[in-house]
Amino acid sequence: MPDRPAIWNFLLGRLSLSSLPLDNMLVVWTFVVVALGGAVVLGAVTYFRKWNYLWTEWFTSVDHKKLGVMYMVLGTVMLFRGFADAMLMRGQQAIAFGSNMGYLPPHHYDQIFTAHGAIMIFFVAMAYIVGLMNFVVPLQIGARDVAFPFLNNFSFWLTASGVVLFMVSLFIGDFSHAGWLGMPPVSELQQSPGPGVDYYIWGLQLSGLGTLLTGINFVATILKMRAPGMTLMKMPMFTWTSLCTSGLIVVTFPILTATLLLLSLDRYIGTHFFTTGFGGNVMMYVNLIWVWGHPEVYILILPMFGIYSEIVPTFSGKRLFGYSSMVYATASIMLLSYLVWLHHFFTMGSGADVNSFFALTTMMISIPTGVKIFNWLFTMYRGRVHFTVPMLWTMGFLFTFTIGGMTGVMLAVAPADFLLHNSLFLIAHFHNVIIGGVVFGAFAGVNYWFPKAFGFRLDEFWGKLSFWFWQIGFWVAFGPLYVLGLMGVTRRLSHFTDPSLQIWFIIAAFGAFLILLGILSFVVQIYVSIRRRDELAVGNDPWGARTLEWSTSSPPPPYNFAFIPRVYDRDAWTDMKKHGYQRPLQGFNDIHMPRNTAAGMLLAALGTIFGFAMVWYIWWLAIVSFVALIASAIAHTFNYNRDTHISAQDVAQFEQHTGNWEPKAKGATA
Amino acid sequence: MSVKRLRGLLLLMPALLLSGCNLVLLHPAGDVARQQSELMIASVIIMSLIIVPVLVATFVIAWRYRASNKSAEYDPEWDHSTQLELVVWAAPLLIIIVLGAMTWIGTHQLDPYRQLTRIGEGRPVAADVKPLEVEVVSLNWKWLFFYPQYGIATVNELAAPVDMPIHFKLTSTETMNSFFIPSLAGQIYTMPGMQTVLHAVINKPGDFDGFSANYSGHGFTDMRFRFHGLSEQEFGQWVAKVRADGGDLDTHAFDQLNQPSRAEPVHYYAHFDADLFHRILNQCVDPQQMCMDKMMAIDAKGGHAMHGKSTDDAMSADSSMTAPAHDAATH
Repeated sequence: MPDRPAIWNFLLGRLSLSSLPLDNMLVVWTFVVVALGGAVVLGAVTYFRKWNYLWTEWFTSVDHKKLGVMYMVLGTVMLFRGFADAMLMRGQQAIAFGSNMGYLPPHHYDQIFTAHGAIMIFFVAMAYIVGLMNFVVPLQIGARDVAFPFLNNFSFWLTASGVVLFMVSLFIGDFSHAGWLGMPPVSELQQSPGPGVDYYIWGLQLSGLGTLLTGINFVATILKMRAPGMTLMKMPMFTWTSLCTSGLIVVTFPILTATLLLLSLDRYIGTHFFTTGFGGNVMMYVNLIWVWGHPEVYILILPMFGIYSEIVPTFSGKRLFGYSSMVYATASIMLLSYLVWLHHFFTMGSGADVNSFFALTTMMISIPTGVKIFNWLFTMYRGRVHFTVPMLWTMGFLFTFTIGGMTGVMLAVAPADFLLHNSLFLIAHFHNVIIGGVVFGAFAGVNYWFPKAFGFRLDEFWGKLSFWFWQIGFWVAFGPLYVLGLMGVTRRLSHFTDPSLQIWFIIAAFGAFLILLGILSFVVQIYVSIRRRDELAVGNDPWGARTLEWSTSSPPPPYNFAFIPRVYDRDAWTDMKKHGYQRPLQGFNDIHMPRNTAAGMLLAALGTIFGFAMVWYIWWLAIVSFVALIASAIAHTFNYNRDTHISAQDVAQFEQHTGNWEPKAKGATA
Repeated sequence: MSVKRLRGLLLLMPALLLSGCNLVLLHPAGDVARQQSELMIASVIIMSLIIVPVLVATFVIAWRYRASNKSAEYDPEWDHSTQLELVVWAAPLLIIIVLGAMTWIGTHQLDPYRQLTRIGEGRPVAADVKPLEVEVVSLNWKWLFFYPQYGIATVNELAAPVDMPIHFKLTSTETMNSFFIPSLAGQIYTMPGMQTVLHAVINKPGDFDGFSANYSGHGFTDMRFRFHGLSEQEFGQWVAKVRADGGDLDTHAFDQLNQPSRAEPVHYYAHFDADLFHRILNQCVDPQQMCMDKMMAIDAKGGHAMHGKSTDDAMSADSSMTAPAHDAATH
């Protein structure tokens, strides 16, 4: 506790003026830029009188489509943050040779790689996945919303709470330097006495709870709310992969919560779960965190497999090849993903039998994954392939991910892993699959479903430019890391002595610059498309797609479907089109819908305050906010005024207006 | 410059760059690392059997069935073929069976705990050879090496005679690190309170890079050491030099050394307390601490607190115990 009158220590805990990193000019300037940017945004919202609009239409909305869009915006904002960290690291490693120590001392560099990893996984990749699932799944199964609409809103705001704590750590105190998984003993009190690890813990506890609730929500939604006729084996592939991912979330996220709770008990009340000595055991944390962490990477990739499985048939004008194989492949990946966690630490010194077992289960995952690749190829075979932007991302994925898969199996060969473990080869591998699989999939999905969400397509030129910068930039940035890994260079180094390595780091930094151009092209693509939205306007089914979301309007009405469709075929919408489906223009009923609520935002705000109070040892505030949180949650259960009806007239008006609307400029169809 | 020549140059550049760098993992100087490296290369070759055709097919199929190519067959309802699906499951399965068998055998043969049976291709270890014993401790942030057979210890410098099997026993004081000399053998974790083992041999003389391959805090970047592969005679001279220049590593000197430091220079010790590695491993360098093996031995006999009886029996099992048992009970 700082040296000052006790009353201040009571009121502020360990928070003091010296907690502000005023001595670090890099952080001060970042703060200035963020503060100015924030002021401009807030000022603009106020000036254009949009607060009411934002509050009623977005922040308190329980509409899965709007929550989906908010997740995508949140993920993109955090992509900028995570990528800024990446640029700082690439810059440091490109210049910190010999007598040049670079601009990041280890203390700062270590926080940056920790923040980069944690943000990219939890707040970019997860936000994109949950966002796409939110927007697409209810539409794809012919439902009007998710099973628990309030919970969905609450999940989003919990994720945002985690983001707030992570971002606050940049300017008040510091962030964890223990790596994205918070490995002890570095994350224990002895080596990390500051607030950094606590920011990490509470940020992840809040957002992790949000993710768990999302998982529960989507399992319930997919199992219980499908349109009549849609049996499990008639579900679209994206819905299948979302179901498997949600199942993985429900089973594994509690492990993350429990593991971080044990770590916080070590830090707050002096238990010895993972400490050095006194019976603590670091190996237990490593095992627990990877028992969650390995399924987590399949939580990330499975929905992306689903997206590719929607895009390939659509742009090949053909049914998906080997649907049952795809379903079984997805399910076996889901099950196998629980049985491979030890491959993250073959080098811990387990016996040869244990290592062999986990090496083999890991390799087995490549079988269903290979099946998927083949099935996408056979879907294109005898098709009519249109190289639209979503399809380009998919082609880039097929090429990049296949190579990433191969380097992954190299790492699964346990004896080879003893050489490659923790090297830059490993870094290149997992960026190979996460960028090539997850990020490419997210951009493919955004380009694919954007017209459904907003009624206009994204600009093709800037979309293609963004794709090529990412695709080429990826290889220029990570090709050298493969080479450096084979040269025996390990990860997380902030300074080098061997000058022969430098050229590779300079090439990698240039690759990161190309990726930056890819991200900027994406921003321009969004901007240009909004400016040209009238030209780019599309009807309900711009791609000639095959699943139910394309049978409703673009953007869909709040109730999604005036009449719940009946499903007879896997490609339900293709089937409806084939049978000359005409959208009904009369005979509507009132539609029962959930009502907006501010409860989710309020609860998450209290959670954020609780997290902040815990980070800074402000016990009174922690108690007050926690009691308020529980009380509000209980009070919310007594709120019976949760639903509303959209009148038949409103439905009729909307349906007659947009039901069969097509843009005047016909160039808009692909 | 013509486009063609420019393209040629661009293709040549990676080759030129690669020729200028030392891909140590592809041609290491130690037999264990070499076998691991060979497995890695073999796995790439086996996987290429399927990866290369898939990559080619991706582009060929996408191009052949492009929408503008109206001469290609179009069959929008074709979505199933039992034979093809058998093939797509069987082909990766076959590759994985081969790779899996190779991995299973390799993992057992190259288990770091397994004593070396060869020092190179077709060169079995002679029956009368006693391996060089090295005890390794990772400290914040430097490496301490004990040579119990020679009674010397070094910091951040390691040496071994060429073609002599080395038996490493490894532990750590506080953080988790990974002991890695890429030229010699695969890495192994060093963990507090635990001992890992590594068997290796260096086949070529030289000065090699060694470091921690597991992030362990702020001084991690500089946690590097040199590993010298020496001839028998040079090794003898090196031992003599350590003896001549070295100080004494007692408990006090160890406490000094154990203070966190970055980029620690090389130290030599001509003498060290005989049980020091044992006490580091069992976290009882401080005489006030009960050694962990002692504590576990007591626990294995049911503990003393539970039955309220003396632990003298248990204590006599190991003479290295220095602290009264009731001190341990407070931990």
